[in-house]
Amino acid sequence: MHILIIGNGVAGITAARYIRKRSSHAITVVSAESKHFFSRTALMYVYMGHMRFEDIKPYEDWFWEKNRIDLLQAYVEKINTDKKTVSLSTGNDLPYDRLIIATGSASNKFGWPGQDLRGVQGLYSLQDLENMETYSRDLKKAVIVGGGLIGIEMAEMFLSRGIEVCMLVREKYYWDNVLPEEEARMITNHIRDHHIDLRLETELKQILGNEEERVVAVETSKGETIECGFTGLTPGVHPNIKVVEGSPIECRRGILVNEYLESNIPGVYAIGDCAELRNPPPGRKAIEAVWYTGKLMGKTVARSICKEATPYRPGIWYNSAKFLDIEYQVYGSVAASGQSAENEESFYWEDAKKQRSMRLVFDRESRKLLGINVLGMRLRHNVADQFLREQWPVSKVLQHFNALYFDPEFYRNPIREMLKKFNAECNETVKALDFKAVKHLVFEN
Amino acid sequence: MSSLYENISLTPHNSMGKKERAGLTLMALGLLAFLLSFITFAGPAMPFLSGIFFTVAGGVVYSRKESRWSTGSMLLIFLGLISFLFLIFRPSALSPLLISLFSFAFFVLGAAIYIFFRFRKGEAGIRNNGITFSPLTRKNGALAWVLAVVITGFYIMLYWFPEQIHGLILAVDPIYGALFGKSGLPESNGGHYNPWFLYGFLYTVAVLLMGSRFMLKYRHNRYQLLRTASVMFFQVVFAFFIPNVLAALNHQELYFHYFWPLDYDVLFPSSIDTLMSGDSLSHFFFWWTLAISFLAVPVLTYYFGKRWYCSWVCGCGGLAETAGDPFRHLSDKSLNAWQIERKLIYLVLVLITAITALLLLDRSFDLFNESTSLAFRKGYGFVIGTVFSGVIGVGFYPIMGSRVWCRFGCPQAAILGILQKYFSRFRISTNGGQCISCGNCSTYCEMGIDVKWYAQREQNIVRASCVGCGICSAVCPRGVLKLENGPLKGKTAIQINRNEVKILDEEPIG
Ligand SMILES: Cc1cc2nc3c(=O)[nH]c(=O)nc-3n(C[C@H](O)[C@H](O)[C@H](O)COP(=O)(O)OP(=O)(O)OC[C@H]3O[C@@H](n4cnc5c(N)ncnc54)[C@H](O)[C@@H]3O)c2cc1C
Ligand code: SF4
Ligand code: SF4
Repeated sequence: MHILIIGNGVAGITAARYIRKRSSHAITVVSAESKHFFSRTALMYVYMGHMRFEDIKPYEDWFWEKNRIDLLQAYVEKINTDKKTVSLSTGNDLPYDRLIIATGSASNKFGWPGQDLRGVQGLYSLQDLENMETYSRDLKKAVIVGGGLIGIEMAEMFLSRGIEVCMLVREKYYWDNVLPEEEARMITNHIRDHHIDLRLETELKQILGNEEERVVAVETSKGETIECGFTGLTPGVHPNIKVVEGSPIECRRGILVNEYLESNIPGVYAIGDCAELRNPPPGRKAIEAVWYTGKLMGKTVARSICKEATPYRPGIWYNSAKFLDIEYQVYGSVAASGQSAENEESFYWEDAKKQRSMRLVFDRESRKLLGINVLGMRLRHNVADQFLREQWPVSKVLQHFNALYFDPEFYRNPIREMLKKFNAECNETVKALDFKAVKHLVFEN
Repeated sequence: MSSLYENISLTPHNSMGKKERAGLTLMALGLLAFLLSFITFAGPAMPFLSGIFFTVAGGVVYSRKESRWSTGSMLLIFLGLISFLFLIFRPSALSPLLISLFSFAFFVLGAAIYIFFRFRKGEAGIRNNGITFSPLTRKNGALAWVLAVVITGFYIMLYWFPEQIHGLILAVDPIYGALFGKSGLPESNGGHYNPWFLYGFLYTVAVLLMGSRFMLKYRHNRYQLLRTASVMFFQVVFAFFIPNVLAALNHQELYFHYFWPLDYDVLFPSSIDTLMSGDSLSHFFFWWTLAISFLAVPVLTYYFGKRWYCSWVCGCGGLAETAGDPFRHLSDKSLNAWQIERKLIYLVLVLITAITALLLLDRSFDLFNESTSLAFRKGYGFVIGTVFSGVIGVGFYPIMGSRVWCRFGCPQAAILGILQKYFSRFRISTNGGQCISCGNCSTYCEMGIDVKWYAQREQNIVRASCVGCGICSAVCPRGVLKLENGPLKGKTAIQINRNEVKILDEEPIG
């Protein structure tokens, strides 16, 4: 059986690797951007001079041939589902028995005047990175529009080269459409500590160019004009589904798939950023443009293709990011600023000076854990997952905090301070068990 | 099919204004003057002084406001270096005390100021910006090669041509005098200079200076702070003061933090004889190193892994972790390199074990004649002790990363590594499914371990070569890695992300 995968991102490559592990089917991965799989999440580090491009390839180049995964660098123009072929930009047609579409995302552009000027772009592809490099020459100042995760990465990239950065963010605090207010405020302060000119509740009105069609300034909703030689547009991404145009494969925003990640056409699957679940499991979204989702979907679809039909059950949501120097992890559901449901309550502890915080969200009645947010602190994924899956009561979670805590050795463990606050607020007398008493949760296997 | 972006090499385009250009020109003039002062034999004072003048003036013009401190400090470093050259090539040009002050004071002060302003300013965090661009730290950078040649050359002079650097040796003698109350240049030495105080002094200064830099750079990370404080302590007390004080008391120099097989000759019959015929301290030393080699090593490694030694105590490790830090990313991560590493390091271990055993047998049963056993001792000492661990081990920092010796050659590391892999509670835990395969951990692993290979398949990292420096954990932007000690059972297991998918039965493919 010949399995054709479009897209060599984390989703497509994970699928290919797991199919190889479970079968000897012929596997071809067609992708336009690069011959070899690279880590999209690490693009920023190449620009910042932390790593070279070859350092962000997760596998050495010999890996693919050795595992009989054929790589083909080409653009797929069209899928012919009735003939079971795809048409390549090279003019060739490639047949398939099973097709996995893993074409990822594309940057959003909202039709702003001037958005096609030179020096105006998002950050998604290698091409974007190269363009950023080109426009960084002699660049004094950049304006970044959009307060998301890619926006802050772009800001950090420019800072690393001593380029002044101004960020326009629509919300009241940075990323408070995802973070609760306190966390969003901490990050907002942190951004300003790094001398980023962060303008809140400010939107982009238009981008102004010169006669060479290069950006020279932006105009904001507040009527200010900010001079800049580069404008980063980072208001999110949308599924990249151009490849299914003109085929009977059904789409909404992404390619619609059932719980086996199969589209309406049997034998055609979609995974990763470009897929949209018809019936997302509780606590999960129909489209999740994150690394982890692509990886899990790749593993799942590999099973189904290798004759072990497996529904996509991603389990408890988790994600992580880094805002300049502050690491962020989330497990389960933590509502954004002002979005908490009726039944939700949360315990929040913060050390503003050390820029660390933890939030436990729980059910008001039953006190059962619903979600955890941490900034500037690392938690153990497996243990967090277990607490959430088994819905531990919040006081028991704190009692077992030492199993959860994952900061490097000798870091100051904040549990005492947390408990002081918790016990005072909730009228309790919880004491933390020491690591010995909870290590069965950590090392149990 | 060839790829458009496959080989992109992004390098920042720096712009330079008029002022900078003028400054650089002046500095070049200064350099020329320095050169002149070397080749003119008619008293070097004029070109030397004008060299200083032009360089400083150039630096002042060049420096932008915000980088004035770092430019100033670079100048001091530069002046220090120039004075070093004087010491080496024209030792009699100026009075040794003056020039020694010039060189060491300028160099150390300049470096200290530079380090402080480079790493102290702004928020604490991972600051590896520009490492892959800088000609000093990028792979095969021009300055990296220059530095490698300079360090290698220095080692060669130190070992085989100390007369060539007698200016330097003389220059540190006042320091020796001030610390230990007498001259370190034995008069009986028939005109030969003893370079080892110079070496120890420079080594210690390097560990202290670059250790401070390291601590500033990682000041948010307490594991790094403690570990670095520890290697600095061992360098100053155990590698510098104790042996020098002993030598000043006309006692044999003893290094209490080195033991067999890294200190390969303690178990050679000749050393055993010397120690056993010495005073009670020498006796104690003998039993001490034996106890460490055969008791403390397995016990401590069982509890903490190899790191208790390699990145907390050892002097070679100490230099690598401090002076070598800017080059740690240059270690080769390929599978190929790993294969070579495994062959080489165990070969060295077998060699030293065999040689030690043969020599001990020889002592009892008189197997060889005198010259054969001498050849064994000298041969190993030359090839491994001098060339591999010294010249290549340190000289190649800027080319092959900071742990070339520790990774490919050190027999102590080989033993600790086997213990760590099979009989130790130590591992690097991978945090469930949080890895984004970014590659920072592998890139900054000085031992060339492809950490992300394990992390991205949600598996703990248990590798013989890991020295537990903790940098992979520090640079990971997603909090994936934690060095910790725990039960042996299941320490290499794939971290089961115990959710409903449970597609975690991954075996290595490839
Ligand atoms: C700068 C940046 C930082 C990020 N950081 C994080 C993070 O920290 N954590 C996180 O969870 N997520 C992060 N993400 C999101 C994450 O990278 C994506 O969710 C993930 O890479 C998506 O993987 P994928 O395999 O679905 O698609 P992609 O990685 O986009 O791969 C799709 C590939 O298919 C190719 N392709 C598309 N159409 C065609 C066609 N017609 N023919 C041939 N080839 C085609 C594309 O060129 C592309 O190479 C980040 C994204 C960016 C851009
Ligand atoms: S694996 Fe991590 S701790 Fe071990 S040597 Fe490499 S960077 Fe250091
Ligand atoms: S640094 Fe962290 S996220 Fe990046 S590859 Fe290593 S373990 Fe994964």
